[in-house]
Amino acid sequence: MPSWFALLIFPGFLYAVPMGWLMLWLERKILARLQSRIGPPFYQPFFDFIKLMTKEPLRRASGEDIFYLLLPLLALGATVGSLTLLPILPSSASAVGDLVLFVALVEVAPICLVLLGFLSRSIFGQVGAIREATLTIATNLPFITALIALAYASGSLRLMEIASNAPLATRAIALLALLFCLPIKLRLNPFSVANAEQEIYQGALTELDGWRLGLWELTHAVEWVALSGLIASLAVPWRSGQAILDAILFALLSLVLVVVLTVIAGATARLKLLQASRFYWRWGFGLALLALVVSLFL
Amino acid sequence: MEAKLSFFVHLVRYARGRSPWLFHLNCGGCNGCDIEFLACLTPRYDVEQLGIRLEGSPRHADILCVSGPVTRNTQAALQTIYAQMPAPKVVVAIGSCPASGNVFADSPSVVGPLEKFIPVDVYVPGCPPRPNAILEGIANAIEQLKTKPVTGIGGKSHA
Repeated sequence: MPSWFALLIFPGFLYAVPMGWLMLWLERKILARLQSRIGPPFYQPFFDFIKLMTKEPLRRASGEDIFYLLLPLLALGATVGSLTLLPILPSSASAVGDLVLFVALVEVAPICLVLLGFLSRSIFGQVGAIREATLTIATNLPFITALIALAYASGSLRLMEIASNAPLATRAIALLALLFCLPIKLRLNPFSVANAEQEIYQGALTELDGWRLGLWELTHAVEWVALSGLIASLAVPWRSGQAILDAILFALLSLVLVVVLTVIAGATARLKLLQASRFYWRWGFGLALLALVVSLFL
Repeated sequence: MEAKLSFFVHLVRYARGRSPWLFHLNCGGCNGCDIEFLACLTPRYDVEQLGIRLEGSPRHADILCVSGPVTRNTQAALQTIYAQMPAPKVVVAIGSCPASGNVFADSPSVVGPLEKFIPVDVYVPGCPPRPNAILEGIANAIEQLKTKPVTGIGGKSHA
């Protein structure tokens, strides 16, 4: 499979953008149903995006404007790039990168968000950026440890080989540890400390307007696809060989993960920064360490 | 080209009508209107099915909902917040206070009415107005939002 296909069509832009919007809608819809509301129609994220892109944002100082354009674009590009490395189709193992590149690309978006928060020079943006940075460190410890356990257990850094070779015990524990990390990476309750609406408004995004916010919403949608896709593609060891079947299975599994994460988010309240970090250092890291120990001795 | 342009304009107008985000500002009111306004966001009235979202930052908002008679303390904040909202934007005055000053008129600390400082598009009278009256006012504001000029991506003038 040529890499332009992975980047532009599946699982790149053509798949990731509508799928990301579908996931954003599903999140809001399930939350609404849990609160016995009707919730937004399914095209809501698309119209939000169109509206934001065609607003007339206020002029910023010329040095700032270029960063407001480049940081979301960098985050969007890197996140779509990380998607192309996911081991969904059997032939996609020949993509250029491996686990190390995936982790590097998926971490670009949080770094851009931190920079955007400090760039805004607003107190809410800066508090949001500090929280995002703290939590990124806290959550990456279990995230990377779990990925190391998977790589060690399957004897390879290639995501396709991890997906097909990882032994069941390690895979189950490591994927659970990875699932622990998703609410914080997607800024969901109970770990929505970084964007904490009603508390610090929108965190790092408080001062963004018009297309600056629209681009970031799009990046967030693709982040949903990439991170739920990582677990969805590592959870199933076998591939049918039929590209369409594999793609549909992957999409369905991703949507199931969205439902699980949203139900957890709807049932919980926001923790404090210290509690959230402690949770990840203690329980998240503990689980990931268990996966590592299991991969060493089993 | 003409047909394409008008499709784009239609799409943008429709998208605006389907995703109006609100910013709520109390300019020295008694909190009565604010309670009624927040009732619109509860499951009973559920404005999210119309795409409406209450935003914490004026930079994200399309509709500014103001309650209260505009006191000396809040006037500067009101003007800053109005200036921070990106165009197109619409202002809804909730309750009788922003329209006339209501019982607070002629008080030395009240500098309103609201339209002395920012242009007001919709008035929702009442002390306080019921949530369904506020919803009607917001629906009216959405119609006005749709008729504002459409610009291209990034706010370049277009049509």
